[in-house]
Amino acid sequence: MIPAAFDYQVADSADAAVAALVSHGDEAKLLAGGHSLIPLMRFRLATPAVLVDIGRLSDLSYITDAGDHIAIGALTRHRDLETSELLGAQAPLMAAVAGQVGDPQVRHRGTLGGSLAHGDPASDLPAALLACGGSLVARGPNGDRTIDAADFFTGFLETALAADEMLTEIRVPKAAGIGWSFQKFNRRAQDWAIVGAAVQLGDAPKVALINMGSVPMRSAAVEAALASGAAASDAASVAGDGAEPPEDLNGDAEYRRHLARVLVGRGIEEAQS
Amino acid sequence: MKVEMTVNGESRSADVEPRTLLVHFLRDDLGLTGTNIGCDTSSCGACTVHIDGESVKSCTVLAVQADGADVTTIEGLAGGGELHPMQEAFMECHGLQCGYCTPGMVMAATSLLSENPDVDEAGVREGLEGNLCRCTGYHNIVKAVLSVGGDGS
Repeated sequence: MIPAAFDYQVADSADAAVAALVSHGDEAKLLAGGHSLIPLMRFRLATPAVLVDIGRLSDLSYITDAGDHIAIGALTRHRDLETSELLGAQAPLMAAVAGQVGDPQVRHRGTLGGSLAHGDPASDLPAALLACGGSLVARGPNGDRTIDAADFFTGFLETALAADEMLTEIRVPKAAGIGWSFQKFNRRAQDWAIVGAAVQLGDAPKVALINMGSVPMRSAAVEAALASGAAASDAASVAGDGAEPPEDLNGDAEYRRHLARVLVGRGIEEAQS
Repeated sequence: MKVEMTVNGESRSADVEPRTLLVHFLRDDLGLTGTNIGCDTSSCGACTVHIDGESVKSCTVLAVQADGADVTTIEGLAGGGELHPMQEAFMECHGLQCGYCTPGMVMAATSLLSENPDVDEAGVREGLEGNLCRCTGYHNIVKAVLSVGGDGS
């Protein structure tokens, strides 16, 4: 399967990439690692007329200590997140989840910004960022703006990014010593999660769910229960509340709600231990 | 457009359509048919090659993305008439049945060991999760990898 023809441009800076987006509108797509976009293009589910390759912008690949948070360049690969000592020490949930994405070959190419901008409710890193309480920096023709992760995922494969904006940085609050857990349920190696849960405790416990709706989401019901001091099993029992999970060959909605309760329960217990 | 890259130590270039996948460039333009196409969905790993020393699925990389890169395919692993130790190990341990997944398995395994020379058996199994063997011959594949490196050697 070969993608439909497109014009290919290499951006030599983030500003050049934004300029290309401005001039081509929604005809253009940014290409980072390509591990979400190229599969879609091969199936012709995506047929951009113009591909703007930002994969060579090495200045957007970094993991640095920025005081109260870790700043991650949007083009940082999963492999670099997974093996970063700084991230492992200061935002261990992000590092651990990055090591669970796909398989080693995917992690050698896929980027954090690409995964987040794709906004797939079944993918791991959006849930991790939600549970970490992170934020995203988007650059557009009028400069940079910061978007809270909780406001970023707006619909199925849709995000708060405008057609002429690109992600440049992801910010993850430091969470050394705070309990966390990542639970991913699938039946075959390297598969997407049928359901997954990312948990990070602390002053404001956060619980994010994978593949439990049309967007990567936080479970308000579980978070409220945890905030009021509920036991792990009681908090987990409301994990499916309000969710409208997809139905497919892997399971119907009720099965997914069941998985959410089980995985959130395991996640809270592990995070508290 | 023109792409130029080092493939198995030699500089190679060609005019390709931007939509050309790296695996097609390697097989069709360069005639390096040791890299197999299996699933076409980024799942099976049969098309695994190295870009700058790291395993990638060449069905999920555009040739233009590899412009300027250092690419190694299964053909580039053996040197001076000698098989690579990983190739020897697959032979010794009967790490293949039909052989279709083998080039990708070998390329994924060599990348895994270069990143983690002390990998244990569980680590090998996890490290090869991006490669499927439809003969289900995983046991001997893992044995072969551990006979070359990791904590089994």
